[in-house]
Amino acid sequence: MAALIKVGMADYKVGRSPSTLISYGLGSCIGVSLYDPIKKVGGLLHIMLPDSTQARSSDNPAKFADTGIPLMINDVVALGATKARLQAKLAGGAQMFAFSNASDIMKVGTRNAETCKQILRRNGIKIVAEDTGGNYGRTVSIDLETGSYKVKTIDRGEKLI
Amino acid sequence: MIDEFDLTPNQLDAMREIGNVGAGNAATALSQVLNKKIDMNVPKVSIIPIEDVPDLVGGPDALIVAVFLRVYGKAPGNILFLMPKENAFYMVDDLMGRPHGTTQELGEMEVSALKEVGNILTGSYLNSFFHFTNISMIPSIPSLALDMAGAVLNIVLVQLGQMGDYAMVIETKFLAEDDSVQGHFFLVPDPGSLTTLVKAVGVE
Repeated sequence: MAALIKVGMADYKVGRSPSTLISYGLGSCIGVSLYDPIKKVGGLLHIMLPDSTQARSSDNPAKFADTGIPLMINDVVALGATKARLQAKLAGGAQMFAFSNASDIMKVGTRNAETCKQILRRNGIKIVAEDTGGNYGRTVSIDLETGSYKVKTIDRGEKLI
Repeated sequence: MIDEFDLTPNQLDAMREIGNVGAGNAATALSQVLNKKIDMNVPKVSIIPIEDVPDLVGGPDALIVAVFLRVYGKAPGNILFLMPKENAFYMVDDLMGRPHGTTQELGEMEVSALKEVGNILTGSYLNSFFHFTNISMIPSIPSLALDMAGAVLNIVLVQLGQMGDYAMVIETKFLAEDDSVQGHFFLVPDPGSLTTLVKAVGVE
């Protein structure tokens, strides 16, 4: 029986086939997945904010893109993945509430997506798929047998990326 | 526990009382708008890890309707009025004088009606808040979303997440005797607002 491993907000988990990693209810947050298709190991990270250097205090590196992504890369490699083979996918980064004078904090979803891509590229990781933006929530999961990344929504159905 | 949430038991009581006065008024307003008896529980003040906040409303993938208002003034924060989807639909039916079960989706009119309820609740809440603390707070226009609880709460949690890892939530539940109304009213002060609030109630 394949295990379903839950990844909370501001947290990440790594694992191997046949497990599935899942994270529920992402709004402006981003679910970043990493996958090595040969070794069939991977990880899922649920970040809330782009940049730890702009936060006043936090003991949790998994909350931020800039600190969380390198941490997950290390752990996936420690599980046997080859860094050069890792494929990244990301989903989330919505703006849930519409305001005419949307402040920076309302648009954090866009900044989250941009920063995640930046950090991944800086670490030499290929980004193979992306489903970001919009004004709706997403539940994401990665099947570590196939590497397929499922994005579920309330009104817009579900898709594999 | 993080320093800024280091409140004495008396101060926590005072926060609860602030919530109580505001929510009492809001419950009366809601009861008048809906023309039915509305009960409320004693407000709960919780200081919990940010990632646990969605569990207060059924977990991150629970389907909810949320009316969100930003609060400006000396003690800025956020207000969220959250309802399970079916209760929000019943409320629309009540507001429009239709039998329960009529509303199947939220059109422009339905959204507008629910936002107005959020407005009325927030207005009466902040008004009594002002009488108690003498801190005047001005709400933004309301915004509404129907989606997963985790996604909807992101907007509040992200702001808190920049400051620390904990959230203080003043929560009141509203219930109608026929169970058709079930709503959670949250006041989530910005971390920087706590000192102002504690000072305003004058409790050591």
